[in-house]
Amino acid sequence: MRAWGLIRLYTILVYVFMFAPIAVVLMLAFNNSQFGGFPIEGFSLRWFYKLAENEAIVRAFKTSLSLGLLTALVATTIGILASLALVRYEFRGKDLITTMLISPVLVPETVLAVGLLIFLRWLHMPRSFLLLLLGHSIIALPFVVLVVQARLVGIKKEYEEAARSLGASPFQTFLTITLPLLLPAVFAGALFAFTISFDNITATIFWRPTGMETVPTQIFGMLRNSVSPEINALGFVMIVITVGVPLLAGALARYFARKKT
Amino acid sequence: MAGVELKNVVKSFGAVTAVKDVDVTFDEGSFTTLLGPSGCGKTTILRMVAGLEAPTGGDILVAGKRVNDVPIHKRNLGLVFQNYALFPHRTIGQNIAFGLKYRGVSKSDAATKVKRALDIVRLPGVEDRYPTQLSGGQQQRIALARAIVIEPDVLLLDEPLSALDANLREEMRVELKAIQHRIGVTSIFVTHDQSEALAMSDKIIVMSDGKVQQVGAPEEVYNNPANEFVASFLGASNILDVTVAGSDQDSIALSTAHFGTIPVPRSRATNLGDGSSGRLVVRAEKLQLVVPGSKVTGVGAKGTVEAVDYQGQIARYFVKVGDLQLQAMNMIEGRPFGAGTEVTVQINPQDCSVLPAEVK
Ligand SMILES: Nc1ncnc2c1ncn2[C@@H]1O[C@H](COP(=O)(O)OP(=O)(O)OP(=O)(O)O)[C@@H](O)[C@H]1O
Ligand SMILES: [Mg+2]
Repeated sequence: MRAWGLIRLYTILVYVFMFAPIAVVLMLAFNNSQFGGFPIEGFSLRWFYKLAENEAIVRAFKTSLSLGLLTALVATTIGILASLALVRYEFRGKDLITTMLISPVLVPETVLAVGLLIFLRWLHMPRSFLLLLLGHSIIALPFVVLVVQARLVGIKKEYEEAARSLGASPFQTFLTITLPLLLPAVFAGALFAFTISFDNITATIFWRPTGMETVPTQIFGMLRNSVSPEINALGFVMIVITVGVPLLAGALARYFARKKT
Repeated sequence: MAGVELKNVVKSFGAVTAVKDVDVTFDEGSFTTLLGPSGCGKTTILRMVAGLEAPTGGDILVAGKRVNDVPIHKRNLGLVFQNYALFPHRTIGQNIAFGLKYRGVSKSDAATKVKRALDIVRLPGVEDRYPTQLSGGQQQRIALARAIVIEPDVLLLDEPLSALDANLREEMRVELKAIQHRIGVTSIFVTHDQSEALAMSDKIIVMSDGKVQQVGAPEEVYNNPANEFVASFLGASNILDVTVAGSDQDSIALSTAHFGTIPVPRSRATNLGDGSSGRLVVRAEKLQLVVPGSKVTGVGAKGTVEAVDYQGQIARYFVKVGDLQLQAMNMIEGRPFGAGTEVTVQINPQDCSVLPAEVK
């Protein structure tokens, strides 16, 4: 019994250690003090207003948002096509391609970042938004493929065969049968991709063109000068987006699923 | 409506040859069953007719036209699967109307056709439900409705009844056959269930190991099996080694180890010369057990009941005659014979068929 008590205590401490900083950021975002730390001097939204007025941050925010959305679009599109090929067709080198698609998860991000950079040097291509988009898509792709593949395996191929026997071309079959059945996984994959892109910092630092900031690199840059209370507010916004969007999507998916049956 | 023809069709999956040189026809408007044990290539043949697999060799003809290179969605076939394969995200109405959309049928015409199809499968008024809200039997009816509403040239059914429970299966097979008869569509039905095949088919194609073993009407295949495989696959059969001892105008005398000499009618023992050896086939239900001492019709031998499988009106007996293990399916009059009972096993020569000894 004593041992279990200790384990319980230890577990609680681990969770406190993990979540306390997040809780602190969330609280301090509303602190009406000049400095980004304790003590709390009263409730205020001033740092959020400051945030909205800070052009650099707004610009970084827009960059992150469009980068995240585009990454989601690219990674999801490629992910769906790759999953279809891997699950529905037999061809030589399938295992190799699977490994290659999944490998960005396994390779340390720094290595991946440097590798892509060297490759572009060799091609004499400058760093650009497009490169950043490409890089983020590579990092996000494995997650999309894993999620979509898992779902696709569960969709019986008889559905597609039935549709085709009834007169639907392969493309029409994809649009009317496969894609709708795949939709939950497509949403989940797109969300993963967006979130992964939205809070990526390591690779982004390597790949971004000079002068371009995403929210994480912007925060990183600001931290080098001082801990501004604005950063707490920005942290709050990021947490809301990266946690809130998937939760909302999950709730929506459940709502629609319930409406159907 | 159209007949289907397979000409020397071969299908290999890598090293496995699933279909070996199959040459069969499916007559226009008929109900033909592909019957055989698991893995004998039934589904593969059906999928090649459907256009889901390409034959490795040979030709497939529908209505006299070679369709090898026609993609499935241009073949106008109705396909019914074992697991129904109704689109789960679409209502029953949308499921049935799915194929009509690609045939340029207007919305209002489609609604009428869907209604008529639902009437045919006796499930009117379920248009707005989703597949999961129906029972297995109902789902299979919808799958059938979806396949026939497009007025296919050929209806392909791959073990459509095997996911249903026993009672429903028998009910559905009567109904399925009636629907097929009514709309007169050429149907190819796949099953490994011999009673299904016997009950429903105009013609049965018995297969084993990728090859056609026999083609014929149900009673033909059942009563005159072309070889031992067909004999033992369709119902339980007893197979005895025999040699031809002599013959006269009407019958051939076959000598057996345990039943003495059996005079089998000539029509049942074709092309067996004097002295040649053969195999005598007696169906389990034709092997009669009687109390020792009673009058025997045909030939008889003493035996002992080893085990009884009681099935209500009938019983299946496992009998030992000398070193021979035999099976008998008999109607029960009074009480069934118990295990250990001494009986006389009788064979009526009219019920025998004879095959040449198989060259091993
Ligand atoms: N896509 C495939 N790849 C490799 N081998 C296959 C494939 N499809 C079928 N086979 C093989 O071909 C043979 C025939 O298979 P088929 O599915 O036609 O049998 P079946 O008669 O329908 O059996 P069952 O009654 O079990 O459905 C089997 O040995 C099977 O393993
Ligand atoms: Mg099969």
